[in-house]
Amino acid sequence: MVENRPFLTFLSHLVLILGLLVVFLPVYIALIASTRGPTEFLSGIVPLLPGDHTIANYRAMLQSGLSTSGAPPLFPMMMNSLIMALAIAIGKIVISIISAYAIVYFRFPFRALAFWAIFVTLMLPVEVRIIPTFEVVANLSMLNSYAGLTIPLIASATATFLFRQFFLTVPEELIEAARVDGAGPIKFFWDILLPLSRTNIAALFVILFIYGWNQYLWPLLITTDTRYYTVVMGIKRMAAYADAEPLWNLVMAAVMLAAIPPVIVIIFMQRLFIKGLVETEK
Amino acid sequence: MATVELKDVKKTYAGGVEAVKGVSIDIPDGQMCVLVGPSGCGKSTLLRMVAGLETITAGDVLIDNNVVNRLGPAERDIAMVFQNYALYPHMKVYDNMAYGLRNRGMPRPEIDQRVREAAATLGLAELLERKPRELSGGQRQRVAMGRAIVRSPKAFLFDEPLSNLDAKLRGQMRIEIKAIQRRFGVTSIYVTHDQVEAMTLADILVVMNAGLAEQIGTPLSIYERPATTFVAGFIGSPSMNLMKAVAQGAKGLQLADGGSVVKPRDTELPQGGREVLLGVRPEHFTLVKDGKNADLELSVTAVETLGADTLAHGRPSGSNGSGGEIIARLPGASRIDEGDVLPLAIDPGLAHLFDAASGQRI
Repeated sequence: MVENRPFLTFLSHLVLILGLLVVFLPVYIALIASTRGPTEFLSGIVPLLPGDHTIANYRAMLQSGLSTSGAPPLFPMMMNSLIMALAIAIGKIVISIISAYAIVYFRFPFRALAFWAIFVTLMLPVEVRIIPTFEVVANLSMLNSYAGLTIPLIASATATFLFRQFFLTVPEELIEAARVDGAGPIKFFWDILLPLSRTNIAALFVILFIYGWNQYLWPLLITTDTRYYTVVMGIKRMAAYADAEPLWNLVMAAVMLAAIPPVIVIIFMQRLFIKGLVETEK
Repeated sequence: MATVELKDVKKTYAGGVEAVKGVSIDIPDGQMCVLVGPSGCGKSTLLRMVAGLETITAGDVLIDNNVVNRLGPAERDIAMVFQNYALYPHMKVYDNMAYGLRNRGMPRPEIDQRVREAAATLGLAELLERKPRELSGGQRQRVAMGRAIVRSPKAFLFDEPLSNLDAKLRGQMRIEIKAIQRRFGVTSIYVTHDQVEAMTLADILVVMNAGLAEQIGTPLSIYERPATTFVAGFIGSPSMNLMKAVAQGAKGLQLADGGSVVKPRDTELPQGGREVLLGVRPEHFTLVKDGKNADLELSVTAVETLGADTLAHGRPSGSNGSGGEIIARLPGASRIDEGDVLPLAIDPGLAHLFDAASGQRI
């Protein structure tokens, strides 16, 4: 344990405050920008106090969007992002917990091979295999669909690996006790393993929801229909404005709105999330 | 209620390691059989084979005269108490106890009745709504017992259930386990490496060593007549003194390390020249006033005063030091100091002779 000394307390707080400032300043500037008029950011002087265009900016984004940039209103895009993030997070968790269960608790031929095959895909992120993946999705006519947005991103070596590591820490005796109590493989999974994994699932859900929400390259590639645009790629379209300065006040309003769902997820799952990351008690 | 019978049960692991090399035990209905031995002797493996958690390489396990080799743990109708209790951490005490019953499809009211009865018996009635992590070690142990009791199984299996408790609680739980086993009259197998637990709990004691049952009998018969030097050394604390000696026919025994001649009275001595091990338990030495009646003179090198008893460590006088140390347990009142030479008599009939080569009792 670190001793409780005033100087250390001061130092650790100083580091924390500096870190917080570094992280928070850009967010704060974005927030200020979203409350200002369209021209105020073009002068080169960054204002640090809120302006009076707040309601107008946000209303414009939610109701009509930036039609000049070819982006739809913000609300449908946020719904698309929500569907995509939820499908990816839930899909990844369901698939990886089942595959981890198979790999840890069942003896079948090529079990080690199956594990390593999954593990190796960790080294191949979406960007590396994006051309063949696009080819497959296009051939299956899944362009411009929710299936195309989510299914290729659902398989997850990371989550499988994390669940595997967790399952390996579940004491052998517990499995044996369940066997003596007459719990078969499905019952054991459902009644014992799943409740024990609750905090891990919550932690993963938070991480994967944000991963899904922040997807940019993949939706950009496979959606050409504005009905399937997601908010993160939409924001990029708004900012990349041809022959004119971007309307930063509106873009920043969109950014602020787009940041709300992940923040809500974190706030509501924070307790479980932290427990899932630090808990060792079984 | 059932009989449990093991017929030449063997376990060989995939790597070729023979964990259990053929053990046969008969446990009559309602009796408690304790398997005791050092770690790695195969006692836990044997128990797990009875439970159905480990496959049986050869031989048969019979519960109520039915061979259960191929049945799963749940179908054998046994209940097991694990070393680390193996309580389901996310379930309340009540659900921990009820889980096995629910899996059998028992009606809800009956489950409730059984759980509450068991909880009352074990003093857990107040704790039914708690989670295992909110309980002390002893309470968790009781819940594990409760989970076994509610099933009304044919047999209880205990796998070193007390080894995680502190000494005081262990003694207390030992008595409780015994009382519960008696009250319910359930045939039990109990694995432990603690010989005090083994002695106090067993109706039938099985001393195991290197995958074999060295001796099977009642605790007292094993204490009084150990069949081998291994059993002699394992049962009893401090261990039995084993002294190398050469039989001199009618003259007695010559200790191999040059110590004084010992003539245990009322013990039949084998023919001259045979190498033997003389076994005497520390508590079977008596301090005699008159050196003439002494069987052995002990030069004391260390004294442990326990209060009720005093343990005198030393060597036989005249020893060249090549033999082992001898421990004598003497009444606490006898004041002994290092360097004393104690005339000791061996209690008649309580000396044991083993063949030096085979370790078998003569």
